[in-house]
Amino acid sequence: MEKLLIRGGHVLDPSRGIDAEMDLLIEKGRIAALGPPGTLLAEEILAAHGRCVVPGFVDMHTHLREPGFDYKETIRTGTAAAAAGGFTSVACMANTQPVNDNRTVTEYILEKARLEGSANVYPIGAVSKGLGGEELAEIGEMAEAGIVGISDDGQPVRDSHLMRRALEYASMFGLPVISHCEDKTICPGGVMNESFVSTELGLNPIPNACEEIMVARDILLAELTRGRLHIAHVSTAGSVHLIRDAKRRGVPVTCEVTPHHLFLTDEAVRSFDTTTKVNPPLRTAADGAALREGLRDGTIDAIATDHAPHEQAAKELDFSMAPFGLIGLETAFPLCLRLVKEGVLTLSQLIAKMTVEPARILSIPKGSLAVGSDADLAILDLEKRYVIDVRNFRSRSRNCPFDGWEVQGKAVCTLRAGEIVYEAENLRERSARTSWSYDNLPRKIVY
Amino acid sequence: METDGHFARKDLLGLEDLSSEEILTVLQAAKSFQEISRREVKKVPTLRGQTVINLFYEPSTRTRTSFELAAKRLSADVVNFTVSESSAVKGETLVDTARNIESMHSDIIVVRHPVSGAPHLLARIVKSAVINAGDGTHEHPSQGLLDLFTIQEHKGKLEGLKVLIVGDISHSRVARSNIYGMRTLGLQVTVCGPPTLIPVEMERMGVRVTYDFDDALTKTDVIMMLRIQMERQHGGLYPSLREYARLFGLNRDRLNRAKPDVLIMHPGPVNRGVEISPEIADCTRSLILEQVSNGVAVRMALLYLLSRGAYGKAAH
Repeated sequence: MEKLLIRGGHVLDPSRGIDAEMDLLIEKGRIAALGPPGTLLAEEILAAHGRCVVPGFVDMHTHLREPGFDYKETIRTGTAAAAAGGFTSVACMANTQPVNDNRTVTEYILEKARLEGSANVYPIGAVSKGLGGEELAEIGEMAEAGIVGISDDGQPVRDSHLMRRALEYASMFGLPVISHCEDKTICPGGVMNESFVSTELGLNPIPNACEEIMVARDILLAELTRGRLHIAHVSTAGSVHLIRDAKRRGVPVTCEVTPHHLFLTDEAVRSFDTTTKVNPPLRTAADGAALREGLRDGTIDAIATDHAPHEQAAKELDFSMAPFGLIGLETAFPLCLRLVKEGVLTLSQLIAKMTVEPARILSIPKGSLAVGSDADLAILDLEKRYVIDVRNFRSRSRNCPFDGWEVQGKAVCTLRAGEIVYEAENLRERSARTSWSYDNLPRKIVY
Repeated sequence: METDGHFARKDLLGLEDLSSEEILTVLQAAKSFQEISRREVKKVPTLRGQTVINLFYEPSTRTRTSFELAAKRLSADVVNFTVSESSAVKGETLVDTARNIESMHSDIIVVRHPVSGAPHLLARIVKSAVINAGDGTHEHPSQGLLDLFTIQEHKGKLEGLKVLIVGDISHSRVARSNIYGMRTLGLQVTVCGPPTLIPVEMERMGVRVTYDFDDALTKTDVIMMLRIQMERQHGGLYPSLREYARLFGLNRDRLNRAKPDVLIMHPGPVNRGVEISPEIADCTRSLILEQVSNGVAVRMALLYLLSRGAYGKAAH
């Protein structure tokens, strides 16, 4: 496709402050021009009337599971799920087999993504060799190969000295250290939030302090080293307070929140449904309110999915044996759109937290519709109502607690570098250049 | 039997969601089954042709034997299916095991599992009735029911009685089931133990919490002692059994300060000399062995009420 025109949509690009009906012209995979409706021409047309055109979403926290766990997800299926959710870029965590702690694995992931990916893949390297928490991984080599951050994610760096060194060392490459904050010593065998619900269910609890202790430590280490710290999946009110205070002091810290911590509470665990087993655990409504306040006042920079696929057999185990994690790429947007209805964020703020903000944290040239940038974008239908059905997912896994939820809002078409990578509805419309006239255009598209 | 009017359930997973009518229905049925165990021929044909599977993922002598005897006295066919750790290692999921058992056309599955919620997972999948015989640290409903039955036998009533539950509340499924059942029937429950063994927001279960055993024991009608597990010592939950026994063990001195007609209960197995001193465990006010015999009657009642016939009748 040489030239493609996305016509009649409402373009929303918080990175450039655009919020208007515009036509958008794509040429050779890049954004070539934006103009008032009817001012741009192309042979290929996507009719976006009544739709919202936004930069493709950026998920800074995904588990693609490849190499090593391709029965849970692959780069092909994970990025297909991303595209179906409106995501055009995903950062994938290092807990693969082998671990992404050296350039060979980084290069393998990038090559596989180039060949099979429906979204751009940005690998996150390990902080420590083998996620062992003892020696630094070869961060410099991985940075050369293309990692955009380092994290031991689910195996958080316990040793404060190593964490300090990681923050210092990574700063040389401008990489953020992404910290999954969990002091595992405080919650041996913990499987759910510590609250009245855990008291009633008799499941081993994980208190809020389990997360907050490490958030506090990592903030102090970031203050000490001036290294860039990003706190993954903040889940407690206390963490929000700690990060808000740190930001006021000028500590270089950013953070993300997941949709499931916003839209589910530990009450969901009463079903003993293992799709509600996630780490950090689903917390209380009070925590959910604090997370919303954090989003509203900017303490929380980004929304990330922590998409964590697991095969059905693993989730058919009992609650303590089943692994932590749930998938989120295909449900993130419709869930988060509720934040706009709730009045927590404006639509533009929401889109920013799913596009330009995570891109900024990872220092990747994404999340924007600036002329000259890759034409990564999503066309959203904000009105579409439907019921989430895991059987329709592109992901290889089905561990989603939102199955059966009635939601509103959907990415109906996703483009990466100008190519359609996901299409729920056919928006294509052919127009002969010679006979083109704005007045002849169909006003209403019938699907 | 005319007592099954208020019990139309597929499964018995816990006492949390049982109404007082349902609990009283079980207790009434148990009363009539109690008599069968005292006959010379301890058998009735009630469940003839029905298959009861005891699916035990945890070692258990008394509960399993109690269910087995209950089923046999009702003429059901009973199979004990003890799942060793090795088959969990082999990777067969609980769901797989359940489907396998169901293929053998079981009618009732009695399940004991070390993880909270496992019977709930099972009940969603199988058509058989599922009885929770203890799941993790969640519920042990048949124990709760037999405790209520035993108290009623001795006090002639339940409503308004004061019960003190002492020990490791955090890790006790017996405590939880008792609390649910007792709250539903209008008993007043106080739990007592070190703060390290009492979970957060316990009061929201409708109980009073105290760390002062000596004060609490003077005002109560029933003292229920819980088993303390030796391995908890390593988790920093209490410093030594010696100190635990000193603070929370029931001994002669303490008993002398309790009401003269106080009932002493313990779900067993007893750590003699730790949570309860030997002379107390064997004294006349101790109902520990009676709890065991009543367990058979209560479990007969449960098997009867959940058997296909009763379920079908009640459903129509």
